[in-house]
Amino acid sequence: MSDCILCGAQAQQGSDVESGADVIELDAVAYSYGGGELLSDMSLTIIPGAFYFLTGPSGAGKTTFLKMCYAALKPTSGELKLFGQDVRTMERDDIALVRRRIGVVHQDCQFINHLSVAANIALPVSVSGQDNWDDTTNLQELMAWVGLSHRANALPPELSGGERQRAALARAIIMSPDIVLADEPTGNVDWEMSERLLRLLLELNRMGKTVVIASHDLGLIRSAKSQVQARVLRIANKRLQLAGANL
Amino acid sequence: MNALFSALTALFVGDLQRDRVVPASGYTSTLTGLTAAAMAFLLVFAMALTSASYRLAQDWSQALEQSATLRISAPVEQLDVQVARAIELLETTPGIVYARPLSIEEQSDLLTPWLGVDVPFDTLPLPRLIEIVQTPDGFDPQGLRLRLTGELPSAVLDDHARWRRPLVEAANWLSVLGAVAIGLIGLTSGAMIILAARAALAANAQVISVLRLIGATDAYIEAAFVRRFAFRTFLGAVVGTIIGASVVALFPGEEGHATILTGLRLSGVEWMWLVLIPPILSSIAFSATRYAANRVLKGLT
Repeated sequence: MSDCILCGAQAQQGSDVESGADVIELDAVAYSYGGGELLSDMSLTIIPGAFYFLTGPSGAGKTTFLKMCYAALKPTSGELKLFGQDVRTMERDDIALVRRRIGVVHQDCQFINHLSVAANIALPVSVSGQDNWDDTTNLQELMAWVGLSHRANALPPELSGGERQRAALARAIIMSPDIVLADEPTGNVDWEMSERLLRLLLELNRMGKTVVIASHDLGLIRSAKSQVQARVLRIANKRLQLAGANL
Repeated sequence: MNALFSALTALFVGDLQRDRVVPASGYTSTLTGLTAAAMAFLLVFAMALTSASYRLAQDWSQALEQSATLRISAPVEQLDVQVARAIELLETTPGIVYARPLSIEEQSDLLTPWLGVDVPFDTLPLPRLIEIVQTPDGFDPQGLRLRLTGELPSAVLDDHARWRRPLVEAANWLSVLGAVAIGLIGLTSGAMIILAARAALAANAQVISVLRLIGATDAYIEAAFVRRFAFRTFLGAVVGTIIGASVVALFPGEEGHATILTGLRLSGVEWMWLVLIPPILSSIAFSATRYAANRVLKGLT
């Protein structure tokens, strides 16, 4: 795939990126639902260009952690900075702007069902007012990269699980984000498709993107570790730990 | 203020791509159009009613100022003397500005609708009518009647104010009611559009959450819905106004002899007011949808 999709927009945004600023910084961050504390005393700096796995048992708070990383949830205590901005001081529009620099892929990714796959993938470009989704020349390259060229005019409900994940990945990266957050991206697909998605994410990482994948699929993590120097974070006992090389 | 400005800019500049984000079909927006048409139709009638009753109240108020007449029935040879005596008497009565005998022609005009056009009024022994123009405070009809009984027994005083005043009050009330109806129609339109917009926003919750996730600002999402509703309302209001105006224009009536029924029409400049109905209703839709969208969006991250 041509680098231009991933690099062009980044160059455009470069002016408002604080050079050298870390992508995501957590300092003693905690999150409580109602009475109980789900995550506690989490401190971490996500290094630009690194490849992270976030693992832990179901219900440990992986999704909550990722949601904080794209400001869908705000920490109940501690300090969380996205691209140098404290989330507590961010207005709704600030959050919208920051999300243009964070690509998110969910396990159950949602689309706008009456728009074609191509239109859905190009939606972030239209929303940011940068371009016209119909004449984005890079769109075709991106769709070819995720292997969805032949499904460009299909509607999202017509896609298979693997195709949905790849469409979500394409949509997540069309704005050339600084970081890609994937929440159980291989949860609904078979092993072959998991490998294919992983290859795409590894390729993105080689292009300089920070990648964070929440997954409890140890096979996937092992497969990745053989190809990239992945850092593995584990959420256990409400806290974030850097897992050793024993995976 | 900035948010309002960007929302207004987005509304008028338009964005085909953004408009496609909200599903085109959906019966809430069709119902919004129909509601707007019905409301515009009712507005035309409320405006016609307000204007007709206001005009009627004005006409009747003016008539009230000259609403008393004195009728003198006497043998033809004494008629002029008695009229002169009556005028003298009336002009010395407190509360009367002046009194003027109606000419034969004026009396003929009054009688023609009842007796026909070819009646030789000048040869008939008709009683003479004297029009009394009074001060705003008016005169004392009882006192005048007593004096007339003593000095001019052939004269009969007709005080029209007695039965016209309640009519003027009723016409005034009717125009106030019309104005209240216009206000209520505006409020109801706003409420209905808020409900429709909320339904549409709820039906498109997935669209909204996807848009937020990929970095759409509230103004972008709002504009997609606001344009849809303002536009539907505008179209509906245009249709409703045209139908309402046609019905009012075809309303059977007679120029110059307005009553509350035959005068239910708009005159001259008042027709121009109808042009304002579609923009006013779509402004209401604009604000109502913005309000509804704002409330929904504030609940999302």
